[in-house]
Amino acid sequence: MRPARKQRLWMAAFIVAGVAVAAALTMTAFQKNLLFFFSPSDVMAGEAPENQSFRLGGLVTAGSLKHLEDGLTVEFIVTDFGHSITVRYSGILPDLFREGQGVVTQGQLGADGIFAADEVLAKHDETYMPPEVADALERSGHPIDEDKSQ
Amino acid sequence: MWRFLLPVMVFLAIAGFLYAGLDLNPQLIPSPLINKPAPDFDLPTVNDPARRISRKQLLGQEYLLNVWASWCVACREEHNVITAIAQSGEIPVYGLNYKDTRKNATRWLAQFGDPYVASAHDLDGRTGIDFGVYGAPETFLVDAAGNIRYKFIGVLTPEVIEDEIWPLVATLRSTPAAKAEKPAADKPRAEKPVVEEQDPAE
Amino acid sequence: MIPELGHFALILALLVAAVQGVVPLFGAHTRDAAWMAVARPAAYTQLFLVLFAFVALSHAFATQDFSVVYVANNSNSQLPMMYRLSAVWGSHEGSLLLWTLILSLWTAAVARFSKSLPEAFAARVIAVMGLVAVGFMLFMLFTSNPFERHIPALIEGRDLNPLLQDPGLIIHPPMLYIGYVGFAVPFAFAIAALLSGQLDAGWARWSRPWTLVSWSFLTLGIALGSWWAYYELGWGGWWFWDPVENASFMPWLAGTALIHSQAVTEKRGAFRSWTVLLSITAFALSLLGTFLVRSGVLTSVHAFANDPARGLFILVYLLTVIGGALTLYAWRAPRVASPIATTPMSRETFLLINNLFFAVAAATVLLGTLYPLVIDALGLGKISVGPPYFGFMFAILMAPVVALMPAAPYVRWKTDEPGRVAESLWKPLAIAVAIAALLLPLYWSGLSLFLLGGVLGGCWVIVGTLWYVVRRFRTRPPGRFRLLPAGEMGMILAHFGVGIFVLGVTITNTFSVEQDIRLTPGEEYELAGHVFRFETVETLDGPNYTATQGTFLVSRGDDTVAMLYPQKRRYPQGNQMMTEAAIEAGFTRDIYVSLGEPLSDGAWSVRIYYKPFIRWIWLGALFMMAGGFVAAFDKRYRRTRAAAAEHAAPRVVEQGTAPQGA
Repeated sequence: MRPARKQRLWMAAFIVAGVAVAAALTMTAFQKNLLFFFSPSDVMAGEAPENQSFRLGGLVTAGSLKHLEDGLTVEFIVTDFGHSITVRYSGILPDLFREGQGVVTQGQLGADGIFAADEVLAKHDETYMPPEVADALERSGHPIDEDKSQ
Repeated sequence: MWRFLLPVMVFLAIAGFLYAGLDLNPQLIPSPLINKPAPDFDLPTVNDPARRISRKQLLGQEYLLNVWASWCVACREEHNVITAIAQSGEIPVYGLNYKDTRKNATRWLAQFGDPYVASAHDLDGRTGIDFGVYGAPETFLVDAAGNIRYKFIGVLTPEVIEDEIWPLVATLRSTPAAKAEKPAADKPRAEKPVVEEQDPAE
Repeated sequence: MIPELGHFALILALLVAAVQGVVPLFGAHTRDAAWMAVARPAAYTQLFLVLFAFVALSHAFATQDFSVVYVANNSNSQLPMMYRLSAVWGSHEGSLLLWTLILSLWTAAVARFSKSLPEAFAARVIAVMGLVAVGFMLFMLFTSNPFERHIPALIEGRDLNPLLQDPGLIIHPPMLYIGYVGFAVPFAFAIAALLSGQLDAGWARWSRPWTLVSWSFLTLGIALGSWWAYYELGWGGWWFWDPVENASFMPWLAGTALIHSQAVTEKRGAFRSWTVLLSITAFALSLLGTFLVRSGVLTSVHAFANDPARGLFILVYLLTVIGGALTLYAWRAPRVASPIATTPMSRETFLLINNLFFAVAAATVLLGTLYPLVIDALGLGKISVGPPYFGFMFAILMAPVVALMPAAPYVRWKTDEPGRVAESLWKPLAIAVAIAALLLPLYWSGLSLFLLGGVLGGCWVIVGTLWYVVRRFRTRPPGRFRLLPAGEMGMILAHFGVGIFVLGVTITNTFSVEQDIRLTPGEEYELAGHVFRFETVETLDGPNYTATQGTFLVSRGDDTVAMLYPQKRRYPQGNQMMTEAAIEAGFTRDIYVSLGEPLSDGAWSVRIYYKPFIRWIWLGALFMMAGGFVAAFDKRYRRTRAAAAEHAAPRVVEQGTAPQGA
């Protein structure tokens, strides 16, 4: 009886230790990789973190896309119709990036107030509206009625 | 033996969140353009490229702008409802033919009937983009001053027209804020049942 | 007419499935042979009817019947025939029909190859699969009928999503679904076992080959999906930890755990209730994957805005099937639980560790995938979990698996001497370390803990596995050459594949070079020792698109390596753009060029990638898949059948009677 009990104890201790280590690791990795989503209005209200990556989403203002001299860096304005933020991105934009359509970008807010994106996400479907963007538009579209439109 | 019950508990918790997640799915995305001036447009009509249709021309009356395309199956579904609105004479319905070829669009209108006063031909979809169109069909209610008052995504149903659009049209016409040329203040309420009866018949 | 016949066949199939789900179950309960005998004919009839419906829908696509709404939404008169047929599963309704068809194929296969099982057990298995099918057919008929008509017909269809107009996407979904749906078989076996209380080694042996085959298909499906994303999405990545990918990966992780836990249950009779739970979990995660991808909780707003009933229906279905199964488990499993009678140094322990890590990995992915939804549901804001979380967690969780995997086969069942194990392991370990050290100069430039661990781990898995083969042959009696048993061969192949995969992942992730540049035709750019010369740009017409095609000459020194023709396509129907990357594939490296957008002065933004060893990732997956298939064909699975057949009719030659398994 004794060895069997000892073994079971062994097993149990092993499993508990494993699960504990896994849980601890998960939580740390998790905390570090949570990407919060903010709309331009949130950012203007100072809610977005400094020196930390987050996602910024909204509609790309029509006619705001321009290429800088090097040809690869682009700038465009993301708006939720309440506020707007200029986004700078170096690289090739995804196929479904369109002016006037929803976009989610990921990066950091610079001291100059320009959002430096290292990723621009546009989904594979033309009828797709990122849920976060839809939500952000909803929030800013409702209360801010007679704010400076566009 | 609680440990054997654990899996089903975990599953039920997940299912609870999935259920909550279903509700989160925005059925109706309020447009940021609501209560803002409708974007400016000036496009040729589908039926006659020489004729043009623009936001300015349409000022001074409430109207519905229905986004449709010949490739859009849901628009075919919506066609009866749009036709019923147009036949009620209550409000003019204009079309925005979105990302479509003129050939297919005219054939579509010829086949199913043309309920629109006129359809603007938005070949490259720029006007659609200005209006924040996600896809066809979508319908906008524009007031006499040219402001967007209401937006509906997807197939219009008689219920939506009854519960949302007619009351809104009635308030628009009764409030003096919009400088309406043709007041016709209380008429809509009387004529509503006509539309209602027509729908089941279609 | 034909679409109506298809619709009618689907309704009949629903009725047949309902009969198949109820009558044999009742028969098994009351030991009524006649009622149980309904199972097999019902399964075949269901297959015939669903196949008929599927062919009817394919026919509507082939003949461009735009009066069928689903066809009009997913096809176009310009669409080539190949894509018209694959468009059958290009969207929601059709992919459900494919799901159902595959389920009835699996059911018919079970009906055909379960002759050796006790009649009541086989009847229960087939009945459970029938009940699973009933739910899917109800879902299709009530919320997503692929045969819905609009008369008069539309003149023109909307066209298939250009992303799906690709050969990879013709075979990827069917393979994935065969894998997903295949987990319904071990699920049905588990439920039948819980119902009958018959949870012995025999049960594990019966359901094991089915699990292996499903797992192999799922492996192939995921690998194809990854490969497709790599060349079609134009990002050059092979895995994005996107919710849709995670949805297919979670059942794979649970399935991998299941395969290994079944081994213990079969060989030692242990882990019984755990194996049952994993069988249920693997299928639950498959269904959850379907729910996540199909309900709109995570994907397009527009597709489901018109019909919220779909999501609700799937949820109710999940609650019934999975909630029911887990409740049954809570009720019946305590009776079949087996004590863990083992020592720390035994093969059981190694497989337990495997299970622990794979289960935790599946839970980790589930957490990362559902967490944003949970936070959202609680109204705490919008967040997403970054891919680095998954990548980091996965590397951490798989490191012990990789370290222990090659050792496990050396360890004996029940109990073993640590000294004996160490003695047989030190040589392959030393060789692996020596190889990793010898190769050090080659990868010194990118050295990191991740890279070192990956190369060492990969070498260790490959050497350890090969060494095992050598040792197996050495210890065999000399004389005539005989192959190892298929089960063992499969294990070796799959483990070898893991080694290849690990090497591919670590080297690709460390040494890939990616560059976005501005190039004008005539200009050159040098990357990773290769010169890329942008020759020309021209316009071409495809069957249903127009393309701008660039020509790139890739050379190394004086040798021409490849001519690459990346394209930027425009599909006029719906005005969609697609980037088609041009890839020069190689065993040790891929060269990848894609066109961005036109800039001023005739210049283009161009994306160039150099990806060493990326093919090894899919090669490794193919080895794993092959391993699963080989293992499924082990003689002992057929021998159980033959042995059972012998019971019925003694004096039959063993080899001759063996029905072709799975």
